[in-house]
Amino acid sequence: MRWRRLTGNRLSLAALCGILLVVAAALLAPWVAPHDPDETDAEATLSSVSLRHPLGTDIYGRDQLSRLIHAARVDLLVALSATAIALTLGATLGALAGYRGGWVDQLLMRAVDAIMAFPAFILAMGITAALGNSTANLVAAIAITHVPIYTRLIRGEMLKARETEYAEAARTVGNRPRQIVLIHLLPNCVPPLIVQATLAMGFAVLTVAALSFIGLGIQPPQSEWGQMTAEGAGYVVSGEWWLVLFPGLAIMATVLAFNLLGDTLRDVLDPRMRGVR
Amino acid sequence: MGFGGYLLRRLLLVVPTLAGVTVISFALTYLLPGNPALVKAGALATPDVVREIERQMGLDRPVPVQYWRYVSGLLRGDLGESSSTGRPVLEDFRQRVPATLELTLASLLVAVALGVPLGVLSAVRRDSLLDHVSRLLGVGGVAMPSFWTGLLLLYVFFYLLGVAPPPLGRLAADVTPPARLTGLYVIDAALTADGVALVSALHHLMLPALTLGFAVMAPLTRMVRATMLEILESDYVKAAWAAGLPRRRVVYGDALRNALIPVITVLGVIFGFLMAGNVVVEMVYAWPGLGHYAVTALVTKDPGPIQSFVLFVAVMYVFVNLAVDLLYGLADPRIRLR
Repeated sequence: MRWRRLTGNRLSLAALCGILLVVAAALLAPWVAPHDPDETDAEATLSSVSLRHPLGTDIYGRDQLSRLIHAARVDLLVALSATAIALTLGATLGALAGYRGGWVDQLLMRAVDAIMAFPAFILAMGITAALGNSTANLVAAIAITHVPIYTRLIRGEMLKARETEYAEAARTVGNRPRQIVLIHLLPNCVPPLIVQATLAMGFAVLTVAALSFIGLGIQPPQSEWGQMTAEGAGYVVSGEWWLVLFPGLAIMATVLAFNLLGDTLRDVLDPRMRGVR
Repeated sequence: MGFGGYLLRRLLLVVPTLAGVTVISFALTYLLPGNPALVKAGALATPDVVREIERQMGLDRPVPVQYWRYVSGLLRGDLGESSSTGRPVLEDFRQRVPATLELTLASLLVAVALGVPLGVLSAVRRDSLLDHVSRLLGVGGVAMPSFWTGLLLLYVFFYLLGVAPPPLGRLAADVTPPARLTGLYVIDAALTADGVALVSALHHLMLPALTLGFAVMAPLTRMVRATMLEILESDYVKAAWAAGLPRRRVVYGDALRNALIPVITVLGVIFGFLMAGNVVVEMVYAWPGLGHYAVTALVTKDPGPIQSFVLFVAVMYVFVNLAVDLLYGLADPRIRLR
């Protein structure tokens, strides 16, 4: 029933297909990419769209389509790991703060406030600059900036759920607090978590790309969409448009797909939020 | 509760937030791998030299002592030194703030001038073609990286049409900057009636402001549309319809005025967007502002400016959010009770 709602809407179906396509490209990169991403073609350097190189080549004659496909691995992996870490950590801390209350709650919420006092991208910039450029540090930076969203979300849900009659009942029959939280309360928080994580994936992809664009994230020769755009940026003023257009399209399509899917999931899983859009 | 009490309560909340911000900023500056003593000593320094510099910088002291020195330094306006320009970071900042401010204000102007009418019209003509276009822009605008839109605009307006200047800063190379009053070239040139500088400044500001303005327009349009829709459905608007008041007066008088109040709340979010967008847009157009300065310093292994930039933006962000809350409390008395 719910699945039908998700696929029934043409736009969200397209978004779902888009995400599957990018995931497939990332998983199967070595097999679906027409060329090796690092292979240089001396006869076709900086060449435009052609049959041999469908999306053109860069200054070294590397095939852009192949580089884009391989870049999907990095972008998705970083975004997915960051989201997974932030979700696990954020939800745990949120459950702790919401159920325990008291000084634990106070301490955690002040920390969350401090992180949220920074615009997310700016903080991610500072963290990557301090930790150094590496894929793991990029994941850490994005994860840290995303933790507060989940902590606040779960804490709010916990505060509500704690007062419900079924929580009362679970307490009365002698369940321990950890059991109540894990078995009885947390499952109710799953739908808003899924919605939030889907939307956060789009934001994470944008952050990876923007950080790499300014030279703070993924470093060459590893290909990443934002970093590829940065490499192509110098050629835009001399008319080599393909080096910028295609990586940007990849970013936009991926982010758009996650955002649209997130919006639909919210309508389906979290009916209270319907119509707020 | 009166506005005075609300004001006091909200002001007091700023203190722990700022303390948290400085703790994070301190950790980023001093505790993480990019050891400032190592950076200062240079690549060839022996461990002894590094230890000596650490001692001079007070990095061998206990962490709370270091933090205290960091905060008291900040209160005196000491943001550290930039090893690439060899000058205090604060001085470099002062020089570059106007460029960032000019770009930010111009982008905000673009976003408000386009986003508010678009949001209102698409709510009034719900499900019309215009509404669909505006919703598409709202969803698509958030997904487009602004460095990419910037580069596409450059391709079209500089390379293809030749109407935009090359992305090399705030003025053409042969134009002298206007006499410095505010540091905002457009305003200074207008005030001193410097026609040449004014034209050149506007010409160079055009694409960066459009790029950043477009990025910020999306959330603004969405918010205006949503609140406007909600208010058009409200009882008092229905009553106004029923009373036979003219459509124009109901929509653009009563409804619009009330719809714009909640929009104040997105201003904080928008400021965050603008600051993030500034960094990448300044990189695309070689716009000599704070973001450009911080990022280029990092390329030369100088981490000081970027951490000061992060701190600076966060402090601004805290105060913008404070201003937003106060404005909202002033405009809507119900908020003060929460």
